Amino acid sequence: MNAPTATSTVMAVPGLDAGASAEPPLVEVDDLTVRFVMREATVHAVNGVSFSVRPGEVLCILGESGSGKSVTLRAMLRLLPPRRTRIEGAIRIGGQDVLALDKRRLRDLRGGLVSMIFQEPMTALDPVYTIGTQIAETVMRHKGGSRAEARARALELLELVKIPSAERRLDNYPHELSGGLRQRAMIAMALSCGPRLLLADEPTTALDATVQIQVLILLRKLQRELGMGTIFVTHDLGVASEIADRIAVMYAGRIVEEGPVAEVLRAPLHPYTQGLLASTMHGQSRDHDIEAIPGSPPDLRRLPAGCAFAPRCVQAQSECRAAVPAPRYPLHGRMARCLRVAGDDASQPWPGLQHSVSPAHVSSER
Amino acid sequence: MSTALDTPLRPLSRAAGEGRGGGADPRDVGGPAQPLLIARDLAKHFHVRGGSKSARVRAVDGVSFTLFKGETLGIVGESGCGKSTLARLLLHLVERDGGELIFDGEPVGAPRGITVAALRRHVQMVFQDSYSSLNPRMPVQDSVAFGPFVHGRRKPDARRVAREMLVKVGLNPDLFGQRYPHELSGGQKQRVNIARALAIEPRMVILDEAVSALDKSVEAQVLNLLRALKAQFNLTYLFISHDLNVVRYISDRVLVMYLGRVVELGPSEEIFTRPLHPYTRALLGSRPSMDPAHRIEEPPITGDPPSAIDPPTGCRFHTRCPFAEDVCAAKSPELGAWLERGSHVAACHMLDAGSGHSAAPA
Repeated sequence: MNAPTATSTVMAVPGLDAGASAEPPLVEVDDLTVRFVMREATVHAVNGVSFSVRPGEVLCILGESGSGKSVTLRAMLRLLPPRRTRIEGAIRIGGQDVLALDKRRLRDLRGGLVSMIFQEPMTALDPVYTIGTQIAETVMRHKGGSRAEARARALELLELVKIPSAERRLDNYPHELSGGLRQRAMIAMALSCGPRLLLADEPTTALDATVQIQVLILLRKLQRELGMGTIFVTHDLGVASEIADRIAVMYAGRIVEEGPVAEVLRAPLHPYTQGLLASTMHGQSRDHDIEAIPGSPPDLRRLPAGCAFAPRCVQAQSECRAAVPAPRYPLHGRMARCLRVAGDDASQPWPGLQHSVSPAHVSSER
Repeated sequence: MSTALDTPLRPLSRAAGEGRGGGADPRDVGGPAQPLLIARDLAKHFHVRGGSKSARVRAVDGVSFTLFKGETLGIVGESGCGKSTLARLLLHLVERDGGELIFDGEPVGAPRGITVAALRRHVQMVFQDSYSSLNPRMPVQDSVAFGPFVHGRRKPDARRVAREMLVKVGLNPDLFGQRYPHELSGGQKQRVNIARALAIEPRMVILDEAVSALDKSVEAQVLNLLRALKAQFNLTYLFISHDLNVVRYISDRVLVMYLGRVVELGPSEEIFTRPLHPYTRALLGSRPSMDPAHRIEEPPITGDPPSAIDPPTGCRFHTRCPFAEDVCAAKSPELGAWLERGSHVAACHMLDAGSGHSAAPA
C-alpha cells in the first residue's frame, strides 16, 4: 500500500472539507498502517486506519486487546520501536507531519503540543525523582524559566488536578502516593505545557471503581476547561460512555464503526459493536445466558481475507470473506465497515465532525 | 450420557449419603439445610517487613459469612480489601490467624473435623492469571489429568477424565489437548483452568477474578460456561470480582468488603437495588452510566481507600464516609445476623438503634 496523499483517502477528507466547522482538524490520520516485522512473522497491528479529531473534541478508540488501539496511539507520537516497526500512511497533528519530523522537532512535539498519559503511572513516572522535580523538569524543557518558577508551576498543576495538600506532595516520590494520586500526578505532568492534544491510553483501567470515576470526571473537566482535543483509548464501553464525544470501534487493526457516542451505544451498526454491547453486562436478566460473540479475535500474523470479523459473525456471507468491506456512511455522522449496512446516502457526504456532540452540550444534559 | 464424572472418583472418607433419595449427592454429609461453608471471624494479619514490630497488614480482620449449597456468593470490593486473601484462607493456602471454618458441618483442621487435604478435594480454585496457573512445560491435557492422577486414578483413567472435561468446557481434546499453554488464547487457557478445577469433582469452586483478564466478548462466553457447569455438576461458587455488573449477573447473594471487613451481605438483587451501607452505595454509584446523556457529574466519594496497615479506627469507612460522626471513629459497627440465607445486613452505625449516630433509628 502506498502512502496516500493528503486528499486521496476514503473517509476522512470529504467530510472535513465540506464541514461547517471553520477550524481545521487538530489531528488527521490517513490510512495508517503499522506492522511489526520479526524474524518469524509480521504482525499486522494496524491496517488502514483513518480518523480526525477537532480541537476540543474527545474521540474514544474502543477495542479489545490486540485490536490495535494502543499501537495507533503510540504511532502518533512515534513511540514504537523504530527498527521493527513499519509505519505507512499519514499522521498530521496541528498541521505537522509527524512521520516526517526530525528528532529535535519530535522532542518538541512530545510533551509540548501533544501529551500522553498511560495506564500504569508507576512505570510512566521516574521512581528516583520527586513528583515536583519531574514536573518542573518538563516545564523547564519546554517553556524555559528558572527552577523556582517551574516549581511554582508544578504546585499550580498539582492543585489543578486536585491533589490534597499539594505543597507537601511536591516532595513525594511516586511510590509514596496511592494509585489515584499517582494517576493525578501523571495527568498534572502531561498538562504542564498546555498541550492541545492529549493522548490517553487506558488511564483509568488499573484504578479501583471509586477512584476511576473520580479520575474520569477530573479528566473530562480539565479537557473541557483547557479545550484539549483528546484521544482516549479504552476497552470499557462504560468509560467511553462517560467521556467520549465520538467513538471509533477497532477490531483487528481496523476501525469497523465510528459515530457520536450516544448514537453508537443506542443503535450500533456493525455486528461486532452489537455483540460487544450485548456481552457487556449492565443489568441483564439472570434467567438467560448472555449473548456472547463466539470464537476469539484473529491472529494478527495471519489475518483472514475480507472482513476480519466474518469468522465470528453469525450473519457473515461469502462476500464478507472476499474483500475488506469499504466504509459505508448510512447516517449523518455514522460510519461502519459492514456489507449488511445500507449503502451510502449519496446526497449526504460523510459529514465528519460537524455533527458530533460538543462538550458544552454534553455538560448541560444533567 | 454416563461419564466417569457421574460417579465419585473413589469412596470418600465419610460415609456416603445414608439412604438419601436418588437425586441427592452422596457426598452431602450435612443435608441440604446445612451450609456448605461457614466462616466465622476469619482473620489474617501479615507482618510488614522493615516496619515497626507492631506493623501488620490487617488483610482479613474478622470476616464471617455462610455459603449455602448450590448458590453463588459474589464477593466485591476494591483492591486491598482482602477478598483474595479471604479466598486463600478458605483453601488454607495461607494459614489463618484466627477464626473458624466449617465445611458441611465439619470444622476444618480441627481434631474431630475434616483435614485440609480432604477440604481441597472438595474445594478448587480458578485464578485470574490463566497463564501462570498452568504448567508451561506440560500439554494442557496433562495439566487437567494431573489432579485426578494425584487423587488416586490410574494414568489412562485420569487421561480419559481430562479429555472428557476438556469437552465439557468446549475444547476439542484432539485439537487442544496436546497444546502447551502459550499456544492457547486467554479464554482458552481459562477454560483449561476450569476443566482442571472440575476434574477432581469438587463441590465448591472459588473463582478469584477468573474472568477479569478476559476481553468482554470472551468473558461473556466463559460466564455462560460457568453457569452451565454449575447446573450440570451441582456446584457451589464463591465468585470474587471487582466488576459489579458481572457479580450482579452471576450471584445469588453478595458480600461487600472494605479494608478487611464485611460491610454488607445480602441477596444480590437487594444489594443492587436497596444497598444499605454508604460504601456499597458509593461503589454502585461509581459505575459508569452507560448513557452519555446521563453522565455522572460528581464522584460519590473522594480519595483512595486507606492502607490496610494502620486502618482507620472504628468503622473503617469513616474517613471517606459523607455521614461519618464521632461514634464512627470511636466504635466498630456490628454486621448483625449474618447466618441466615435471606439476611440482608450491613455494618453501619446508622442502621443500629442506640449506636449514638444521629441518623440511627430511634
